[in-house]
Amino acid sequence: MLLSLEPRGQESRAMLWFSPLLAAVLTLVSGSLLFIALGLDPLLTLHTLLIAPVSDMYGVSELMVKTLPILLCALGLAVAYQARIWNIGAEGQLLIGALAGSAVAVNVIDIESRWILALILLVGVAAGAAWAGLTAWLRTHFNANEILTSIMLNYIALNLLLYFVHGPLKDPAGMNFPESAMFGDASRLPLLTEDGRVHAGVYFALLALVAVWVLLQRSFVGFQIKVLGLDKRAAGFVGFREKGLIWLALLISGGLAGLAGVCEVTGPIGQLVPQVSPGYGYAAITVAFLGRLNPLGILFSSLLMALLYLGGESAQMTLNLPQAITQLFQGMMLFFLLACDVLILYRPRLKLRWARRQMAAVPGAV
Amino acid sequence: MPQSMNQARLQLRHITKRYPGCLANDAIDLSIQPGEIHALLGENGAGKSTLMKIIYGVVQPDAGQIIWQGQPLNMRNPAQARELGIGMVFQHFSLFETLSVAQNIALAMGAAAGTPKQLEPKIREVSQRYGMALEPQRLVHSLSIGERQKVEIIRCLMQEIRLLILDEPTSVLTPQEAEDLFVTLRRLADEGCSILFISHKLGEVRALCHSATVLRGGKVSGHCKPAECSDLQLARLMVGDAEGLVAQYPKASGTASFLQVDKLSWHNPDPFGCSLTDVQLEVRSGEIVGVAGVAGNGQDELLALLSGEQTLSRSDAQRIRFANQAVAHLRPDARRRQGLAFVPAERLGHGAVPEMSLTDNALLTAFQQGLVSKGLIQRSKVQALAETIIQRFAVKTPNAHTAARSLSGGNLQKFILGREILQSPRLLVAAHPTWGVDVGAAAAIHRALIALRDAGAAILVISEDLDELFQISDRVAALSSGRLSALAPTAQTSQVQVGGWMAGQFDASPSQPDAAPQI
Amino acid sequence: MDIDLLSNIFFATVRCGTPLLLVAMGELVCEKSGVLNLGQEGMMLFGAVIGFIVALSTGSLWLGVVLAILAGMLLSSLFALVALVFNANQVATGLALTIFGVGLSSFVGAAWVGKPLTGFEPIVIPWLSDIPLIGRMLFAQDILVYLSFALFAVVAWTLLKSRVGLIIQAVGENPNAASAMGLPVLFVRTLAVLFGGAMAGLAGAYLSLAYTPMWAENMSAGRGWIALALVVFASWRVWRLLLGAYLFGFASILYLVAQGVGLAIPSNLLAMLPYVATIVVLVLLSRNALRTRLYAPVSLGQPWQSGH
Repeated sequence: MLLSLEPRGQESRAMLWFSPLLAAVLTLVSGSLLFIALGLDPLLTLHTLLIAPVSDMYGVSELMVKTLPILLCALGLAVAYQARIWNIGAEGQLLIGALAGSAVAVNVIDIESRWILALILLVGVAAGAAWAGLTAWLRTHFNANEILTSIMLNYIALNLLLYFVHGPLKDPAGMNFPESAMFGDASRLPLLTEDGRVHAGVYFALLALVAVWVLLQRSFVGFQIKVLGLDKRAAGFVGFREKGLIWLALLISGGLAGLAGVCEVTGPIGQLVPQVSPGYGYAAITVAFLGRLNPLGILFSSLLMALLYLGGESAQMTLNLPQAITQLFQGMMLFFLLACDVLILYRPRLKLRWARRQMAAVPGAV
Repeated sequence: MPQSMNQARLQLRHITKRYPGCLANDAIDLSIQPGEIHALLGENGAGKSTLMKIIYGVVQPDAGQIIWQGQPLNMRNPAQARELGIGMVFQHFSLFETLSVAQNIALAMGAAAGTPKQLEPKIREVSQRYGMALEPQRLVHSLSIGERQKVEIIRCLMQEIRLLILDEPTSVLTPQEAEDLFVTLRRLADEGCSILFISHKLGEVRALCHSATVLRGGKVSGHCKPAECSDLQLARLMVGDAEGLVAQYPKASGTASFLQVDKLSWHNPDPFGCSLTDVQLEVRSGEIVGVAGVAGNGQDELLALLSGEQTLSRSDAQRIRFANQAVAHLRPDARRRQGLAFVPAERLGHGAVPEMSLTDNALLTAFQQGLVSKGLIQRSKVQALAETIIQRFAVKTPNAHTAARSLSGGNLQKFILGREILQSPRLLVAAHPTWGVDVGAAAAIHRALIALRDAGAAILVISEDLDELFQISDRVAALSSGRLSALAPTAQTSQVQVGGWMAGQFDASPSQPDAAPQI
Repeated sequence: MDIDLLSNIFFATVRCGTPLLLVAMGELVCEKSGVLNLGQEGMMLFGAVIGFIVALSTGSLWLGVVLAILAGMLLSSLFALVALVFNANQVATGLALTIFGVGLSSFVGAAWVGKPLTGFEPIVIPWLSDIPLIGRMLFAQDILVYLSFALFAVVAWTLLKSRVGLIIQAVGENPNAASAMGLPVLFVRTLAVLFGGAMAGLAGAYLSLAYTPMWAENMSAGRGWIALALVVFASWRVWRLLLGAYLFGFASILYLVAQGVGLAIPSNLLAMLPYVATIVVLVLLSRNALRTRLYAPVSLGQPWQSGH
């Protein structure tokens, strides 16, 4: 017997949306197998991972807190990936946004004007955009591959952040911990609820969601970005500005990642610490693909990813599983998604070998 | 003439091959004798390419039998075909550009190639014997198209050859080069090699081939001896209705000059590309100018400079003018505002985005026609435009949301041309407008071009197909190594003369009426 | 600077360049065949953790090396399945492989962080290692470094002189033509991907069994990515790869040099150097788009299927 793939001729729209679901299911199945192999009860473990964390209101609010940075980064990546600009640098852009915002915040701890928060947020967005702008500059000016430059900039950003929290931004009164001072109240994003940590950043995320949706689905600039991504020569022959579009896509991407970073430090964390991000920028890559680079799809996939982060934490606490389970599931999910995507263009067929041979032997058989 | 031997070299029985959505070969029968030059005739999409891929083992048939010198066999792969003595010269050459001639040949020969030291003298010897001198050390990317074809042929001749398959070999040659190729092929046939010659050009088939099998829509529509058939008979076998092939259009002489290209020189930074030297060209409103030439002689470069994909500096802006306005420094969208419309050579991937719907592809070049307001796309207007194009130009498609790549070549070309024509251009530049298009669509495209011309637009057509250029253009020139010959009224020149220009012989005076026979 | 310091720098440069050289050789072969595998970092980490766990549990360093190689090949076979058989986008698949490999290695290795292991010891070749300046660099290394020299010789000969090299190059340049000539394109590409996985696994083993005999999360620290840049730096030519690997090795030990000459620069800033160097090199080498086009395998990164 033989599994063969038969071209459909046209892409299947149903599969376009079914494949991410299938990938999620396959990830859960493989995860369960892994848990069984580790001697754990798969149902209990999955419950700990995916249901327990959101079984109370506090859990739901934590889910929103975790969704926020992932969603912002992934929305930005979607814009870049639509143009086939492979920005892997959301992590670095997020860190730089957090770093720059913090650099302002620690110097204005005593100022009580609310405007100071706006300034901090703007600086964070601008810094993230500028960090992505470096990638854009290297790509448009020197033709340097953006995958490699953006990932190198991630490592550089991380080391910059470490340098600053160990050095110039370290809290002088902090007993030599590598942390900045706590920000002033005016520099913190207001909380939306009494209990829980949900903060005003949610509004930014919703705004970004709508803006990216309009950009990609309704605007002519978004159309140009898509044409550039699908077919560079067609974009050139009608006169779309390739370099301008690359800059735009990366600036949006970096700005949103920077916003994610500065929201983290002015929101739930309240100071600059070395672990601003547990890999949100990398997780956003999976999220963007899983959401099909579509803002609505990304909303759902970022919720799922945030749940995985929460689940990883609770699995560590209650089952003593390594927290890396989050990343492992991320990788599996992306892998399964890419594998399942084969179903969009192909139809799987189980074929019996002998049947094929027989057909070949009969003249005229079709 | 072919010896009537008792045993056919190759026999095909009921060969059938189905692809999703089309039956490429439907119970094809064919037989070739030793020493016979056999033509496989048919228009684009008739199933010629699939059939020869089956013979060469690249593709396996769904049903049917291949009988080689009396023995039925399964042709599993090209290596097996080569072992049997079958060689193939592909239309889009299967050569590796970064490798040398000798390396290319060594790859095809497998272990039989031996060391480079043993191989190179053999290549020299074989290439001289057949009058196609080749330097084994040269890298393929430095060779001209004609030379590359020689590499492909020599590659087949290095081992003992019993059947040579050539896929549209003359489409990349000047008429004179084609004549040289025929000499070589006749000589091979005299030595007993069978030749399967795939073509859609009736004239050369009659000049070269002993017998012919004609395909239409995946089926054999007839076997014949070309020498005993008229063009019209052959054309009927090929297309059923031969009207499009023989249509005559009245010539026009145009009014005021619209496009002026003035001493345009451009150095191509790409070492694989061609540079342009002193190109001088004029197209008047209300006429069609045709530019002939073998691929790779500067067509792509000239097209890019005309469309604005390649711009010149402001100081050279005067090199290209639309109605006396300098445009050579302008980008494509700015040139379109000056009245340019453009049909690129490649439909998918250049003229249209394959994955996008026809609606989106309508927006692609027509976005300056009031389809965008305040940065947002006016969906309903774009949709209406797409539907108008589909209706006016008889594009066969389920609806306007179909992806461009799922249309047939002819239908997509009608869509692209329609999209450009509906923008009422003052100048239309069309590259290879009917390349790979079926006869019915080609005739429709020709009629649309003539109608646009008669409405007063200036039209420039760049094509490798001399028959087409003579059929529709009012004046004609040829590109050779990045130089353009002088323009001559089509009625006052001949295909032989233009063939000379294609080979770089510009000195023959174009104004001289020439009564040379058509090829 | 005295001669001892120089000799030390040379020695450390080669040590540091070895993992880069190993991964980059694998990726070079892979890219020559037309496949872009961005998963090097993930395969390397998985090789490192498997090699470490096996070596520590069985006490056999060599068994660790062998299983690390197999671990790299296992991950690369996933890549081959998804990217070559299912024809998925190679960039996305490579990223998935890296994310998966990073997560998998952290997950598997969580219990092994910080455990001590006696790794491969240097094998000092008498007499030869006493040659001034280059003696220690070439003749006082551990066995895996010597192995990398040998592997380089094999890879260089294969790519430049052998028929196999010609076939790899042909498949990477024009898979359609190669297939029309009867070369098994997918088979060649799959083998190239597996070879890349093996080399990444070996490089991982070198990190966790010889370079710093221990396991730590993300211990490859971007070397898999730097190796990808190295292939661009080398313009897909094997000799320049050797040069590039050691140049980067040198960039990563600059902090030693800085200490040696008494410069006090914060360690986090010095740690950026290899990454900054990578960007600088990319800029210098990619600047001329034509050059990249001339040397890069033509079909690099493009999915391919037979019969089209």
